[in-house]
Amino acid sequence: MSGGEKRFELSEADQGRRTLLTGVTALLGAIGGAAWLTPFLKSWKPSAKARAAGAPITIDLAKLKVDQLFKTEWRGKPIYILKRSQEIIADLKGDKSHLRDPDSVEDQQPEYAQNDLRSLKPELMVLEGVCTHLGCAPKTRMDDGGEGEFDGFFCPCHGSKFDFAGRVYKGVPAPTNMVVPPYGYKNDGTLVVGVDQEEIG
Amino acid sequence: MSKIVDLSADALGWVDERLPVVKAFKTHMSEYYAPKNFNFWYYFGVLAMVALVIQIMSGIWLMMFYTPSIESAFDSIEYIMRDVEGGWFIRYMHEVGATFFFLVIYLHIFRALLYGSYQRPRELVWIMGMVIYLALMAEGFFGYVLPWGNMSFWAAKVIISLVGAVPYVGESIQIWVQGDFMISDSILHKFFAFHVMLVPLIIIIVVFVHLIALHQVGSNNPDGVDIKAKKDAEGIPLDGIPFHPYYTVHDLVPIVIFMMLFFAAIFFFPDGGGYFLETPNFIEADILNTPEHITPAWYYTPFYAMLRGVTIDFFGVSAKFWGLVVMGGSMMILMFLPWLDRSPVKSMRYKGMASKTMLGLFAFSTVALGVLGVKPADWAPYWVTPLLTMVYFSYFFAMPFYTSFEKTKTVPERVTMGAGH
Ligand code: HEM
Ligand code: FES
Repeated sequence: MSGGEKRFELSEADQGRRTLLTGVTALLGAIGGAAWLTPFLKSWKPSAKARAAGAPITIDLAKLKVDQLFKTEWRGKPIYILKRSQEIIADLKGDKSHLRDPDSVEDQQPEYAQNDLRSLKPELMVLEGVCTHLGCAPKTRMDDGGEGEFDGFFCPCHGSKFDFAGRVYKGVPAPTNMVVPPYGYKNDGTLVVGVDQEEIG
Repeated sequence: MSKIVDLSADALGWVDERLPVVKAFKTHMSEYYAPKNFNFWYYFGVLAMVALVIQIMSGIWLMMFYTPSIESAFDSIEYIMRDVEGGWFIRYMHEVGATFFFLVIYLHIFRALLYGSYQRPRELVWIMGMVIYLALMAEGFFGYVLPWGNMSFWAAKVIISLVGAVPYVGESIQIWVQGDFMISDSILHKFFAFHVMLVPLIIIIVVFVHLIALHQVGSNNPDGVDIKAKKDAEGIPLDGIPFHPYYTVHDLVPIVIFMMLFFAAIFFFPDGGGYFLETPNFIEADILNTPEHITPAWYYTPFYAMLRGVTIDFFGVSAKFWGLVVMGGSMMILMFLPWLDRSPVKSMRYKGMASKTMLGLFAFSTVALGVLGVKPADWAPYWVTPLLTMVYFSYFFAMPFYTSFEKTKTVPERVTMGAGH
């Protein structure tokens, strides 16, 4: 530095120290940055309020009519309840070649609904009314004998089809059967959706 | 009089020393040399800017009366339509504006395909454009959910469920994005924040970068001739004219015509016969009832049709996920155009038959898919959508081949002017 005119130059040792210091600072900064981001990401998770919602619901079965879909709501999802006629039950037990997962292998139902009709009692269908493709609420279709008609649910969004046990057809966008929610009977005339039979007692 | 002129010149000088306004005006306006042979297709960049300004203005005004909560959103829209003085006009401006924005953007993009504007050295102009386009699609979707009509609700449900289609992690991400186990208030608030703040901010910044990148390399033109290759003694391109005043004045005409069409639509077809504003959205969100016939706004329908068209599982992965891949891929593949096109020439005027045919087929398949997308799923035989999807993708996948093998015409040295100029 004696010349006065000369520009300041870093010695090689100083260069090394600078590299080290820059590296360490950047690393610490990155850790700090990641920590700082956490609350932003966490704030998106379901709030305590959202987690608390969702108590089970009870349905009085006396108001159901045979072959008429009853809709209600549980945890912000449509719940479909259908009292199936003997014809429908017979149909469901018949030919299954058009179904993708006729034996409910995929985990889309509680164990007690992993049977032929996907239900506790053959005549009562309980399903989440949610298309397993992208979540629309499928609509009931009754076969009046016309071309392309069928008994079951048709999803208006992208054309998925399900039968009255919520089993998905082949060749439609929906990949799996409709979900059976946990449910049970309080007594013969009262259905509870949202908890398993054991918990109702 | 001359005193005032002197004074304003002084003021400008004062500012210019501190902030380079004069320099910026020269670089981007009065000494930015644009090719002299711009045609009809070159109006849409400036029209996109007009559309952006309309959306921002009307959007800010809507925000003054809209309430983002599932209890009041729908009512606040009714309030805007019925009780706020001139509220209907502001809302229709925003909603018809969205349609016009997309119309303009699609024509703007088609121009780039037609004249090879995405080719070297304009790759970044193109990529920034694509980023704007994707942001615009997101913006349109978030906005669509805000009125909380029945179509809003089910659109939100379907699109968020798309996230859930990703294998393994999808479902937990979906719940995280929703902020709940269902579509609820928390998603509406989130979308509001995205629609009014996050996405517009991104769009404005990227539009700025888009134009800086364009001015760095200079505009292409209908002949695809590089005007910078032939310059006069002062280094000004022989085929270039200053953007201001030539194109600034020139562009006023399309702006006026655009405005005439735009206001005609607002006054006479504000819902576009159900294509701009769909009937089910006049009903409040109903979680038990999906509308009988659900379609997205027209500007998404080609992609929507492709999503819906995939119904077969491949390699043990569900059709649902492949639908997502095809839809995402159909948009993302546009990004790679600059590297797929191997042609020595830019403009369709000098490319060969193969390129022309493929561009024609591409345009046809996009429009046809768009039509399928607004029709019910079983409207056409099941093989039509997959076939058109294949045509759509072949434009891209076959491009490296047909652009390198076809015979091209000789590009002139200087730009050509159409008849009448
Ligand atoms: C808010 C949206 C947009 C605005 C405001 C905008 C604005 C502009 C403007 C003013 C120009 C110059 C004038 C013209 O060539 O028409 C331009 C050129 C261009 N834009 Fe955009 N743009 C937008 C979106 C897009 C999109 C979505 C793409 C494509 C993915 C795109 C691709 C291009 C290309 C390739 C050029 C150069 C054209 C040429 O030189 O031939 N832009 N843009
Ligand atoms: S949501 Fe039902 S078919 Fe897509």
